[in-house]
Amino acid sequence: MRRLTPYLLALPSWMWLAIFLVVPMVAMASVSLQTGNAIDGFAMTFSFSNYTEAIGRYSTQLARSLLYGALATVAMLVIGYPVAYFIAFKAGARKSMYLFLLLLPFFVSFVLRTISWNFLLADNGILFGTLKGWGLLPADFHVLATTVAVVGGLTYNFLPFMILPIYVALERVDPRVVEAAQDLYATRAAAFRRVVLPLSLPGVFAGVLMTFVPATADPINAAILGGTSNTMIGNIIQTAYLTNLDYPTASALSFTLMAVLLVGIFIYARALGTENVLEAAAR
Amino acid sequence: MTGLSAIELADVVKEYHSHGEVVQAVKGVTLGIGEGEFFSLLGPSGCGKTTTMRMIAGFEAPTKGVVKLYGQDVTDVPPNKRDVNMVFQSYALFPHMSVWDNVAFGLKQRKVAQAEIRRRVGEMLEIIGLTGREKRMPRALSGGQQQRVALARALVNQPRALLLDEPLGALDLKLRQAMQIELKRIQREVGITFVYVTHDQSEALTMSDRIAVMNDGVVEQLAGPREIYERPATAFVAGFIGTSNLLAGAATGGEMKVGGGRVLVPGHDGDVTVTVRPEKITIGTDEPAQGLSAVKGTVSEVVYLGTYNSYAVSLADGAEITVFQQNAHDATATAERGDSVWLSWQAQHSYVIGS
Repeated sequence: MRRLTPYLLALPSWMWLAIFLVVPMVAMASVSLQTGNAIDGFAMTFSFSNYTEAIGRYSTQLARSLLYGALATVAMLVIGYPVAYFIAFKAGARKSMYLFLLLLPFFVSFVLRTISWNFLLADNGILFGTLKGWGLLPADFHVLATTVAVVGGLTYNFLPFMILPIYVALERVDPRVVEAAQDLYATRAAAFRRVVLPLSLPGVFAGVLMTFVPATADPINAAILGGTSNTMIGNIIQTAYLTNLDYPTASALSFTLMAVLLVGIFIYARALGTENVLEAAAR
Repeated sequence: MTGLSAIELADVVKEYHSHGEVVQAVKGVTLGIGEGEFFSLLGPSGCGKTTTMRMIAGFEAPTKGVVKLYGQDVTDVPPNKRDVNMVFQSYALFPHMSVWDNVAFGLKQRKVAQAEIRRRVGEMLEIIGLTGREKRMPRALSGGQQQRVALARALVNQPRALLLDEPLGALDLKLRQAMQIELKRIQREVGITFVYVTHDQSEALTMSDRIAVMNDGVVEQLAGPREIYERPATAFVAGFIGTSNLLAGAATGGEMKVGGGRVLVPGHDGDVTVTVRPEKITIGTDEPAQGLSAVKGTVSEVVYLGTYNSYAVSLADGAEITVFQQNAHDATATAERGDSVWLSWQAQHSYVIGS
């Protein structure tokens, strides 16, 4: 009995996963191979052409999503790493305050935050309107409905998910290990490169996963900040599901996106050396 | 100790700001450590010994004062440019690097040629007995092995001085004693200066050529182990090193009256504080001869400790004296709890503090 206890305790989470993850996934996989329409109903026809057609039709948006997701992830890494480093090593007693500030935006809904960016970036809004009024920007200057706006929005919205795991990894780095590197003739830069950076890689890995995946799939930023020419795959899936009621195409696209992301993550893990990452993480 | 000073501290002060208050961790330490010397900084936690060592290593900048290595002022030189290496408390091995890469780190940073690195790291691993374990990661090693990797990682650079911050603190007693002998052997072989920080007085006494006993940010006494044990300069040193009995009183004509007896303090008059080591005292029931210090008391505790018995004896004035008696002949105690006894010792064993 005692040996079974851990499994029994884990049972609710297994049930949760089974009901809310496995069952819908199987259902969606089945839908992705059906044909029909919302009025007459769908029937299973093992129609793999759902996939080929959807990918053929929406390859531009799929590629754009991966590009935007990647751009936003790189931007988040560049902005987020120094912030995480600062909080972990330099913030001292103010650490918890900075972490709180980092989480503060979550008190406002995701959509609302994105809309406020729309407001901020509007052609004649508070920021650009004022600058244009002062003649500091040309009258036809605009950011809204461009790649910059969408990538910027994604970067802003997912940044905390990059910073937090990196912060956790850096926080675990023993300062004496860094001192040991300096004692062994490493300059500050060399100590960072050879010791701090490698030890923070598990955090970078987690941060990239936690931002790249949702950023690539996100429909909100493109819808609110992207105008008509920056549609991402998330928007297509949303429209297919909710507007066109074309469930097979939506499901096929969802699975395609998932497969592409999994392959991408796998390649990324390989490139970074999963063994090193896991080894450092297991410390 | 040769004439040349490897490390010199001149009136070094270290202040910290904590919650708006200035805390002095080190309050003006001046000392010189000779080349090839095994030098210990000994004291209780918070006495400033580790801060003093960190200023030698370069991790802390002194608020005031000068740090010199081989006559050269290094007060403002960063740690990576100082020719000393440190063995950290709890080792601080690089957790993401193998044993080999840990040991090779310093040589690589100094851009030593590949072949030379291979030779020196290989040699060093042989000395510490970890050949064949080069590829192990630190966490796959036992505490003692990690300890030796930490030592090798510092020594492979052939520094002019090695700083050791409580390096044996995390090891169990047996391993610690073995490592003490090992460290002493390595120090003799490589012949470089060792600066050893410890709070363990027996460790310091066993290994050191000289010891600086620190308390509350100052050096209370700087001398060889024998001198520190036999002739403690202050009451703190007497109390911190080994067990000692402190007796205070007014002396007249070289004799101090204490709790129904006399303590001989030849050549001293006025208020004095005397220390007597427990193993110098003889316990007995007969009144001791003239010419010895002698006090009368009641045994309040007898503890059998294998090689010796430890007695706690209460004097008439309430003072308590500890006496060690060797179990040289038979293991039965000379006195029992509640017995009235005489304690005696030779005049030379009453050491007047501060004289």
